[in-house]
Amino acid sequence: MLSLKLTGIPLKNPLMLAAGIMGTTGGSLKRIAHAGAGALVTKSIGLEPKSGHSNPSMVEVDCGYLNAMGLPNPSYKNFQHEIDTAKEGGVPVIASIFGGCAFDFSQISGALHADAFELNVSCPHAHGYGAEIGTDPALVEDITCAVKNVVDVPVWVKLTPNVTNIKSIGLAAQRGGADAVVAINTVRAMAIDIESGYPILGNKFGGLSGRAIKPIAVKCIYDLYEALDIPVIGVGGISDWKDAIEFIMAGAQAIEIGSAIGNNINIFKDISSGMEAFFSEKEWTLEEIYGMAHKV
Amino acid sequence: MKPVNAVITEVVEETPTIRTFFFETSFDPEPGQFVMAWIRGIDEIPMALSYDNAITVQKVGSATSALFELGNGDSIGIRGPQGKGFDRKSGHILLIAGGVGAAPLAPLAEKSSSEGIQVTTLLGAKTKEELVFRKRFEKAGDVLIATDDGSDGKQGYVTQLIENNEIYSQIYCCGPEIMMKKVFDKVPLSKAQFSLHRYIKCGVGICGACCVDGLRVCLDGPVFPGDVLKNTEFGFYKRNECGERVKV
Repeated sequence: MLSLKLTGIPLKNPLMLAAGIMGTTGGSLKRIAHAGAGALVTKSIGLEPKSGHSNPSMVEVDCGYLNAMGLPNPSYKNFQHEIDTAKEGGVPVIASIFGGCAFDFSQISGALHADAFELNVSCPHAHGYGAEIGTDPALVEDITCAVKNVVDVPVWVKLTPNVTNIKSIGLAAQRGGADAVVAINTVRAMAIDIESGYPILGNKFGGLSGRAIKPIAVKCIYDLYEALDIPVIGVGGISDWKDAIEFIMAGAQAIEIGSAIGNNINIFKDISSGMEAFFSEKEWTLEEIYGMAHKV
Repeated sequence: MKPVNAVITEVVEETPTIRTFFFETSFDPEPGQFVMAWIRGIDEIPMALSYDNAITVQKVGSATSALFELGNGDSIGIRGPQGKGFDRKSGHILLIAGGVGAAPLAPLAEKSSSEGIQVTTLLGAKTKEELVFRKRFEKAGDVLIATDDGSDGKQGYVTQLIENNEIYSQIYCCGPEIMMKKVFDKVPLSKAQFSLHRYIKCGVGICGACCVDGLRVCLDGPVFPGDVLKNTEFGFYKRNECGERVKV
């Protein structure tokens, strides 16, 4: 009832693990596969080993989570065996990768074997990476094109909401040959400890995820669905099956789940069964509700 | 949760390298739970609660060194208590503590003995001066000592003191991982619990940096039943800040 083909990849359900969540070790990815995810996106992997920002790097706020991990990763040279272990979970594994320029991206993607690549041009708090690239349409097009030239698997581009017009970045990814866009990464945000005046995050500022950003994501997905010919993958604040349905109605062909895993590692199974019950009750299919908000 | 402001009310020097920091706030933990201790402007690190309102810290890096500069009236940020503590059993329990690993075991010893549970502790350290919480364990039951240099008790590792496993209803262990692995290989895992240390980043079960295979030390642990740790990286590998595998 929930199966689909996403950029040519068969998925048993449209619920994927978002990048940066339980995604550094093959063992943790495998656990999420066994918990019912339709596909797994790894932690963003770069050229060299990176330890990330100092702690606190993630803190719960009233309406979600604030994080500035700082792209910690073991480098692509030490990551293939983690992907291979993750594959033992029996679902597609998508490698999230980041770099400072098109050359970095093509070098990393050319060396890793995965079912697809998700290009992180949207991390809001890493100097010289992520959103510092992903806010420039020309760079996004260039990087997408460079990766497409070296891999023969689908390439997804993850977008930042921290722009005036997300459609122009989505269109740039599409021009570069992207097979899908993923929206949204976290929203730039900050919290301050009023006892001391210190910004709480080690990096001072970071990105907001969780419930607060869900309506922002819905609007971005809605806009991208209208503007693009390639599929949109929705992510940002999904915590139950109703959120998942809403994202798909806005125009997401599949969704990714992140922060909500902290409180409920069985969320994939919970959302799957909630969606199935909803479809049975409404006599609707996944295909029928896809982009429904644009058609009513 | 955001960090709460925890004001230091007393600092006790336990050994030449280990101090206990008492706070005016009680965290009401289960023995074995930990807090994320934020030394503002430096770093945030996981620390076992050694009392309801205290952490016991060995000076090892930048954050702990900065913490050692603080005294009465200073404050740090605390998130917690977090994670899963020791699963408490009745009968006759054995505690095996190495170095600062005694920190989460001392409150377990006290709570258990106050409930009439028989407690035996094997306490090890490099030297006599580095033995942590000896008096607390002695008050709670029998104590056997081992030191690397033989300055007190048996010369050698605390693991050499393990015998008569069959008389214990439960075995609790915390210390350096190499020592815990020796215990792991020597005791019946179905009645053993281990408190693990890993590099913890988010502290809320999301990022996966502290994972031992699929197990999140920050949320599913830090205490794990021995059975659960079979055929995992425990005792062999840990992850550094980058997520690279490094030998224990």
